[in-house]
Amino acid sequence: MKKASLREAYGRTLVELGRENKDIVVLDADLSGSTKTQMFAKEFPERFFNIGIAEQDMIGTAAGLAVAGKIPFASTFAIFATGRAWEQIRQSVAYAKLNVKIVASHGGITVGDDGGSHQAVEDVGLMRILPNMTVIVPADAIEMAQVIRTVAAYNGPVYVRSARIDFPVIYEGTDYKFQIGKGNILREGNDITIMAMGLMVHFALEAASLLSLQGIESRVVNMSTIKPIDRQLILNSARKTGMILTVEEHLVTGGLGSAVCEVVAEEYPVPVKRIGIKDRFGISGKPDKLLSYFHLTPQDIVAEAKQLLNSKPRLLRAVG
Amino acid sequence: MDFIRNIDCLRQIAREVRKDILTMLNKAGSGHTGGSLSAVELLTALFFAKLRHDPQKPCWKDRDRFILSKGHAAPVLYAILARCGYFEREELLHLRELGSRLQGHPDSKFTPGVEVPTGSLGQGLSMANGIALAARLDGLSTRVYVLLGDGEVQEGQVWEAAMTAGHYKLDNVCAILDNNGLQIDGWVKDVKNVEPLAPKWEAFGWAVLEIDGHNFGEILSALDKAEEIKGKPTIIIAHTVKGKGVSFFENKAKYHGVAPTNEELERALKELENA
Repeated sequence: MKKASLREAYGRTLVELGRENKDIVVLDADLSGSTKTQMFAKEFPERFFNIGIAEQDMIGTAAGLAVAGKIPFASTFAIFATGRAWEQIRQSVAYAKLNVKIVASHGGITVGDDGGSHQAVEDVGLMRILPNMTVIVPADAIEMAQVIRTVAAYNGPVYVRSARIDFPVIYEGTDYKFQIGKGNILREGNDITIMAMGLMVHFALEAASLLSLQGIESRVVNMSTIKPIDRQLILNSARKTGMILTVEEHLVTGGLGSAVCEVVAEEYPVPVKRIGIKDRFGISGKPDKLLSYFHLTPQDIVAEAKQLLNSKPRLLRAVG
Repeated sequence: MDFIRNIDCLRQIAREVRKDILTMLNKAGSGHTGGSLSAVELLTALFFAKLRHDPQKPCWKDRDRFILSKGHAAPVLYAILARCGYFEREELLHLRELGSRLQGHPDSKFTPGVEVPTGSLGQGLSMANGIALAARLDGLSTRVYVLLGDGEVQEGQVWEAAMTAGHYKLDNVCAILDNNGLQIDGWVKDVKNVEPLAPKWEAFGWAVLEIDGHNFGEILSALDKAEEIKGKPTIIIAHTVKGKGVSFFENKAKYHGVAPTNEELERALKELENA
């Protein structure tokens, strides 16, 4: 299976954008080698600002650059971007409705060995709750590149989450075009809908193949925009398959699962099961071991899907 | 705008600004009196004698910028902006009302002349640095002024930003510290001492000027001097009196966040008239 780095895709796309538009500027907080903003820094040193280990100041500086008409991309690890600088993002970026792009690497538990202090499991929730903020979690390197181009052209605050590890490539050779606020149906099926974000999109596709062998046909959706969430697609899926499984490398509260539940509960109640991290922080370990430990594998998705299908009549009685 | 360098004229404007501040706060029934009054001369000098700005064209690209990092002093900024002509003075009487453009703390989404939203302390200098870096990239002569409170420098982000401005040698940034000595819980030196201020800023790579923040001669000469200092940012530490101009508000922490009552307003306006 071909894998590719979202971080590399980010770095490469930034360089392309930098060549096309002199107003693209990039900031980092001493992690430019990891976030790959270093690629931009090498080609455009005068438009790259290393703010040092000072994430709050980095966000404020990015806000100032946006006030003056620049298109700043500010990068660091997800937990430092969204946690350490949350109130700066709230006040100086979201409240001000400024054109700042916060692109964080190292989302989720696949950060691995560094442990829970460095694994952002709440970043999407922290950003999703902010008015004016757009939140995007790309599923592979190809989508990442498209997302970066799209948000550079969009005027407003955006949070993009990528990861430390390489993701399986999904969109190679397709004519997929990312659009803010649009989920993408990757596989059709009538029995159950699996909605996922980030790395979990590929796992959902694997799970769908396994389920198909057992005669269960799944609709698989890449819900790369978490905010604004694609309500139409959620409601359409709810009507079509009567149940939704959400999968995210994030807490089950605040992220994709919550967003889907909010829409379904208010507009078309169907059973929803959320797969993700359950009210706890991450720990050290190799990424693949951690994915198993946190029950975030294709096999886990299969098991949850079957359980949801089996409980459907009971759940429907409950909501009916 | 044409500059006014005549000190008597500036004093006259400052007196009118003080009256506007007290009147709008009284009408609103809440807001920050003390820290607005301490910055009247600083902002009057800046907006009438130094800042290159045009109320008719608030978004003129090459303009100088002002950021009120101590956003709770919004009334003094609004009074000055109105007097400059960004909006009608009558609008001041709608401070803090539902539907008013004059929010409790400055909000650039609503108010012409307000560059960035502030109110959560400690964030203005970072934004000033961003604007200054952009101006440098674009080859603009923009200077960025930012007013900090002395209590505000207890916020860690101020020092992150001070380090950034020092590192990038942002000589187009000029911070002004409204050093009125008081914060909500009492004297700054008692709550958490921020002194010695000058050596701290010097150590972060800044040029430091110290002045009496109510003396127009000293303010103007410091603003002029700051413009000539190259290769480093400048901070003007302005020694001020919280509640300045109204004897019964001066140096009282209580009047940090309390608006004048009708009776206090009447006494205060009389006092300003007779001063």
